Amino acid sequence: MAGPDILNPAARPSPAGSSLAPEGGEVTGAGTGTGLSLRAFLQSKRAMTGTGLVVLLALFCFVGPLLYHSNQVTVNLGIQNSPPGPGYPLGTDQYGIDVLGRLMVGGQSSLELGFAVGIATTVIGLLYGAISGMAGGFVDAIMMRIVDTLLAVPTFILLIIVSSMFSLTLSLIILILTALSWPYTARLIRGQVLALRPREFVQASRTMGASSRWILIRHMVPNTLGISVVTATFSIADSIYALSALSFLGIGPPPPFADWGTMLSGGVDNLFNGYWWQVYPPLIVLVLVVVAFRQVGDALNDIVSGQRTDVLRRRRRFRLLPLSAPRDV
Amino acid sequence: MTWYLIRRAGQSIAVIIGVMILTFILLHLEPGSVARSVLGLRATPARVAIFDNLYGLNKPLYQQFLLYVKQLFQGNLGISYQLQQPVSTLIAERLPRDAVLLGLSTLLALVIGVPTGIYQAVKHNQLADDLLAGTWFTLYSAPDFMEALLLIALLCVQLHVLPPAFPGGVTSVAGLFADWQALVLPVVVLAINSVAGFSQYVRSTALQALAEDYIRVARAKGLSERLVLTRHVLRNSLLPVITILGLALPDIVAGAVIAESIFNFPGMGLLFWQSALAHDFPVLLGATLIIGVATVLGNLAADVAYSTLDPRIRYGRA
Repeated sequence: MAGPDILNPAARPSPAGSSLAPEGGEVTGAGTGTGLSLRAFLQSKRAMTGTGLVVLLALFCFVGPLLYHSNQVTVNLGIQNSPPGPGYPLGTDQYGIDVLGRLMVGGQSSLELGFAVGIATTVIGLLYGAISGMAGGFVDAIMMRIVDTLLAVPTFILLIIVSSMFSLTLSLIILILTALSWPYTARLIRGQVLALRPREFVQASRTMGASSRWILIRHMVPNTLGISVVTATFSIADSIYALSALSFLGIGPPPPFADWGTMLSGGVDNLFNGYWWQVYPPLIVLVLVVVAFRQVGDALNDIVSGQRTDVLRRRRRFRLLPLSAPRDV
Repeated sequence: MTWYLIRRAGQSIAVIIGVMILTFILLHLEPGSVARSVLGLRATPARVAIFDNLYGLNKPLYQQFLLYVKQLFQGNLGISYQLQQPVSTLIAERLPRDAVLLGLSTLLALVIGVPTGIYQAVKHNQLADDLLAGTWFTLYSAPDFMEALLLIALLCVQLHVLPPAFPGGVTSVAGLFADWQALVLPVVVLAINSVAGFSQYVRSTALQALAEDYIRVARAKGLSERLVLTRHVLRNSLLPVITILGLALPDIVAGAVIAESIFNFPGMGLLFWQSALAHDFPVLLGATLIIGVATVLGNLAADVAYSTLDPRIRYGRA
């Protein structure tokens, strides 16, 4: 790790001045101690645009079906592939099912999956990474080789394999995606913990006789919470995308299950027939939701890392965030 | 330095063993037994017992694992349930075609990504930079198959300039180039997915390079801006891209599965997808093993290349 660690929130002066806190652990929740302040979040235009978009899409998917009633159950071949018109604002698909209503129902599973995987991944990754970083030595080496192994094989490849073994349900996909995507978070958090370990407040705490568990819970977890929220947001976007890609390839959950990827793969078969309404609506909402979550994550990342937009933006794909903090310009 | 390389190689070996354990576990997670998958559901218990005995499936797990590793070193990845051919043959047939596809698309991504990244760094925080950053962000955030669908809709359905998929029966690398029109879209789609990453990475390293003293020196001694950019900024920004290439491999492979299944490209991605649909586990796990080992070796090679090419880097402790 060369140079000052700008990813480490405690290493830079924070506006509130309280982040260099404290042996007693006065850090409260996701407050200033993590470098993640609510005010900065509210002031960030990108974060607010993203959040607004997410809220709108959530309303569309969960409240929409209460206001807009449509047939999502029975196949009606008499009206299959109808173009948008009275009665069907976005037309119907190859089974005569209303596309607008399908968008709403399909979105529910995507959002539920995203949030569930995001939260579970972060909790597991946070604990695993923090324990590995705290333990150090042999235990750390073993724990990290396990992470490396899981990272060596693309998540999507493993997802496809495990998916083809079982008959999928939404909760099973949540389980599988969580099991496959926590290593990213774990490695990130471990890097953070390694950077925090030699810091004064941790040393002070240890000198005063604090146990490893105490340091883990009172210092490491709160101080890595900011970066965890960032990864949670990204893993929401990633898992929504993974589900849609899986369904798009036809390996997703079987029929009564509705989601955007399935709609897309059905629509693509009809692309040459000119049934554009079966492709563009699901494509647009899917892109919107993924871009929205990534926007929020990106903005949060800027806040947590101290507005260092230039250097840190869009690194996650290459998993470099924890490993190489860029040298200060 | 040597110590670092030894340590790094040791870690890679550990991870490769880890990948073997992972595929071995997955092979045993497979519902039903191997014997049933191969012999069919109507095989008699006696035949199943003979099969298990023949392939060591009745031995304790650790012995089976050792046998599995031994077979791997002999190049035996098992037999495909569906195609009745050795998995190693199936993969070896497809790897050269994948090398063409992934090589071309990565090359294209670099050719586009590196100059735009440097251009963005030069135009830092101006409109051009913001526009490009916004474009890349959207393309990068959007699902990999979006670009494929939009390009098919535009170029194949509307304009009829390119075929939407490979014809079946392409078996050689030369065959790929014979159907070069079909090769365009998969290469372009895969490249688009990587361009965003490359250009943003080059942008940030170029920004750092632009702030260095040697740039000021170069300008002070009267070098033209073009020479400053090509001799100093470009060279110093290219170095980290090597690491990125190693690390991006899993993403490129995952993208290839989607792109190949959309465009019917006769490579490992398509094989993988078809095997997943057919529950053909030996092929799936054989491919996974190859991909995992390739990733580990790719990362190792990137690290070694990086530390050899940049004399400033001295790894004391990782």
